[in-house]
Amino acid sequence: MLNTFDILQTIDMLDHQHLDIRTVTLGINLLDCAHSQIDTCARRVYDKICRSAQNLLPVCEGIEDELGIPIVNKRISVTPIAMVAQASDAEDYTPVAAALDRAAKTCGVNFIGGFSALVQKGFTEGDRRLIASIPRALAETDVVCSSVNIGSSKAGINMDAVALMGRVVKDTAAMTAQNGSIGCAKLVVFCNAVEDNPFMAGAFCGPGEPDCAVNVGVSGPGVVYHALQSAKGRPFDEVAEIIKKTAFRVTRMGQLVAQKASNRLRVPFGVVDLSLAPTPAVGDSVARILEEMGVAVCGGHGTTAALALLNDAVKKGGLMASGRVGGLSGAFIPVSEDEGMIAAARSGVLTLDKLEAMTCVCSVGLDMIAVPGDTPASTIAAIIADEAAVGMVNNKTTAVRLIPAVGCKVGDTVDFGGLLGSAPVMPVHPESADTFIARGGHIPAPLHSLKN
Amino acid sequence: MKAIVSVFARDRIGIIADVCVLISSMSVNILDLNQTIMNGFFTMVMLVDTSTTDTPFDEIRAALETEGEKLGLDIRIQREDIFDAMHKV
Repeated sequence: MLNTFDILQTIDMLDHQHLDIRTVTLGINLLDCAHSQIDTCARRVYDKICRSAQNLLPVCEGIEDELGIPIVNKRISVTPIAMVAQASDAEDYTPVAAALDRAAKTCGVNFIGGFSALVQKGFTEGDRRLIASIPRALAETDVVCSSVNIGSSKAGINMDAVALMGRVVKDTAAMTAQNGSIGCAKLVVFCNAVEDNPFMAGAFCGPGEPDCAVNVGVSGPGVVYHALQSAKGRPFDEVAEIIKKTAFRVTRMGQLVAQKASNRLRVPFGVVDLSLAPTPAVGDSVARILEEMGVAVCGGHGTTAALALLNDAVKKGGLMASGRVGGLSGAFIPVSEDEGMIAAARSGVLTLDKLEAMTCVCSVGLDMIAVPGDTPASTIAAIIADEAAVGMVNNKTTAVRLIPAVGCKVGDTVDFGGLLGSAPVMPVHPESADTFIARGGHIPAPLHSLKN
Repeated sequence: MKAIVSVFARDRIGIIADVCVLISSMSVNILDLNQTIMNGFFTMVMLVDTSTTDTPFDEIRAALETEGEKLGLDIRIQREDIFDAMHKV
């Protein structure tokens, strides 16, 4: 029987509330592409990706047509390249990044993630080479994304890697200076990285994953914001209830798309990532949801509590809607990709310190934040260490994606275009972190009992 | 395959007739229909069966869109699955 109200509600979400599938990401294992010659390895990588993902675009477009749901991004995540390329004795892994870039373009996807290394406990030679290749790889490719996991709750924080990544972020900014240091927008430093994340720039296909898997990331800040309009002045219990119901619907849509994509690609369904991913479009902002809950400006007092409720309710609502949940799953707070965050940062209310506090209760971390171009590498490393500590102690994924935009100072705006948006340059603390970062070594893993 | 056709337009005489002619010309069978005027806007939701036609789904969708536009109607067709998924537990 027709339930006109439900149907019209769904159509309204799609037309006016920015409801969409944020990404269908095909995870591809590349371990079988290893070879002692880096060029052969690169050719195998290209061939396997093109073979595995040749139908990704037509399948996604078919689903979009039939269901009338936009799938904003089609992406590929691959095995961390440090694991694949270290069979060769090449010093520079950029040829593999170039192969990833070519393969992504051949398959017509928006981004390809996995130029990555996992070094939470220590480096292999391949990890070192990959990390050293990152600035050039990101400068010479268009759609390749890179990530490095430098800590975990089980292993602690590799402070040598933290120091190194501070320098790599700076080098990447310098090598892509003519494009607003956009290379840094494609580079994430993780603590507790997940193996099935469909979202960029941190997607990679972890070593525990099958040969191929379809992972889907949903969106819907606009839908949640709209739903909360009916609860003005009501207690938080009701707010949580509305968010849960909304998240359920949004996630069911993600589950449906994931199943259809999985069947048609003949690839196992991986996970639905229960995320609230904003876009720079007006009406698709996580910050505006927090403000709808009563916080005057995102970043003001109350923001962390509002975000904690939002993040928890999204997960509770989404969990029942999906057969398998994974990835990052939570509300994202990327500054440049969220119209409300941009406004709050520009007004000076939202600061780096407040953002750090917010990341204690939500996914994922200090994301898409522009800082002055003359920020020292040690300061960036110290910010990475702080954020990794939040993740390590709280048993959650945290990440840092900072853009020290060359030539920019506080108050300037860096424009990346598209979903990456534009970022107002935010101040960092001027006090030196040189001595702190120069120590290197390892911060031990925290205690996992005696939790009081 | 069952699908939902939704039609939005400024109200005028003959919208249902126009839409039914269009749909039947493609041999798509109408199973159920619900129509109302919302804030002065014509709003119609139809349940249709596309297994009665050989026309591929994407062609039906494109035809409804372009022909609808000529008639001043916003017509879309979506598989029923999405509404079931989002609103039924």
